[in-house]
Amino acid sequence: MKTTNMNARDAEFIHEVEERSGQQVVRCYQCGNCTAGCPYNFAYDIPVNRIMRLVQTGQKEVVLDSKSLWLCGSCQSCTTRCPNNIDVARIMDVLRHMARETGHASERNIKLFADTFLESVEKHGRVYEAGLMASYVAQTGKFLNDLDLAPAVLTKGKLSLKPHPVHKREAVEEIFLRFREKSKQ
Amino acid sequence: MSDLSVAYYPGCSAVGTSVEYEKSTRAVCKALGIRLEEIPDWSCCGSSPAHTVNHVLSAALSGRNLALAADMGHDTVATPCPSCLVNLRTSARKMEDPLFRGKVNELLDAPCGPAVEPKSVLQVIVEDYGLDHVRERVRKSLNGLKVACYYGCIMTRPPELMRFDDPENPMSMDNLMEAAGAEPVPFPLKVECCGASSGIPRKDIVMRLSGRLLKAAEESGAEAIVAACPLCQMNLDLRQRQVRKANGIDRGLPVFYFTQLLGLALGLPERDLRFDKLVVSPKRCLKRIAGA
Ligand code: SF4
Ligand code: SF4
Repeated sequence: MKTTNMNARDAEFIHEVEERSGQQVVRCYQCGNCTAGCPYNFAYDIPVNRIMRLVQTGQKEVVLDSKSLWLCGSCQSCTTRCPNNIDVARIMDVLRHMARETGHASERNIKLFADTFLESVEKHGRVYEAGLMASYVAQTGKFLNDLDLAPAVLTKGKLSLKPHPVHKREAVEEIFLRFREKSKQ
Repeated sequence: MSDLSVAYYPGCSAVGTSVEYEKSTRAVCKALGIRLEEIPDWSCCGSSPAHTVNHVLSAALSGRNLALAADMGHDTVATPCPSCLVNLRTSARKMEDPLFRGKVNELLDAPCGPAVEPKSVLQVIVEDYGLDHVRERVRKSLNGLKVACYYGCIMTRPPELMRFDDPENPMSMDNLMEAAGAEPVPFPLKVECCGASSGIPRKDIVMRLSGRLLKAAEESGAEAIVAACPLCQMNLDLRQRQVRKANGIDRGLPVFYFTQLLGLALGLPERDLRFDKLVVSPKRCLKRIAGA
């Protein structure tokens, strides 16, 4: 286990997490309920209650470097069960935003999948699954993983081979364009 | 009850991976007299990735659809997909704050005012239409078929946001299946996450989480799983062979959408319910229901 340097307390980081999530991390008293119910805990490098503690103590780098942020499935178990009504899943979401913005991406393929998905939405207005898969595979070479699904996918017509664009595709594209403009400001 | 009419948001999987959910939802609602008016030119709500990138962007992708639904003059928008539902509800809820709404509207062509109320199709059927009315319309009992009702993790959670059923032990689908003549078994993992969102980049996670679900469903004595989420259904059905192999589970369990079984009970023809789309064969269950 990594030791935590309590002298390196980044107060601004704590403030930013609280501000962006609308949650008070100080209310966490480390009961561990969130971790007990977290179905992804087995895959996490840092359990979610420890993430909360590390945020409380302002350990920005350790937190933003964590794989857990990317693995979190937003299942809402932690938020539902926290005795202090902290929206823990929302904090995980905000940490993921901050990790993105600062170039931390400790689970590259998860980030890549999300990016590819949104690119598909931007382009077609709706997700185009076959195109999404093709693009993801081209970037990761990861298709072999699921090759055994191909017969079922094809015979059951599970993947539409044509996109289903919305008529006003530009309307959705514009949302993304404006979002990028605003983010630059 | 024949004047129930809502805006309808099918969601992207309805036109791709879950055609059978879409078809059976429409058939069931039609049979019950619930009018689903599809939002013209709806677009993607942002699904699971958008909120992991930015909350304003995510709300805008949903907000566009909420605004279109409001333009139709409806006060409710129903969606079959819990993942869409969470996005639509989060967006609607956060836009109650004028400051946040302002930020969202800066990304949209046309501003989105106070939003319509998003609900799941399940909620509309159980709460707005009512189980008693469903019971009156059942023509063909499901013959005591033992089912494990699987709600998925986000249909009822977090409770302050979803405001539907019990967050830890929801019963709406169980009650609905019971009304249709099935026998819901106690299923302790009914709101546990199946891992759907990491399905492609981290298959190992799905194998473990969906494996636990299948095992528990099998141990509960269920003859079938009933799902209400296109992502969960796909994990448990399409990936079932992989999942069983990874976890040493022998028996295959068909995974129906609740609308498919409800449709049967309402006496709808099988071709409208698209059982042919299911990967794990539902034949044995269908025979059991038919009483053969
Ligand atoms: S459940 Fe809440 S109080 Fe308990 S450790 Fe988790 S965040 Fe802290
Ligand atoms: S929302 Fe994320 S952190 Fe919370 S319990 Fe679910 S997977 Fe774990």
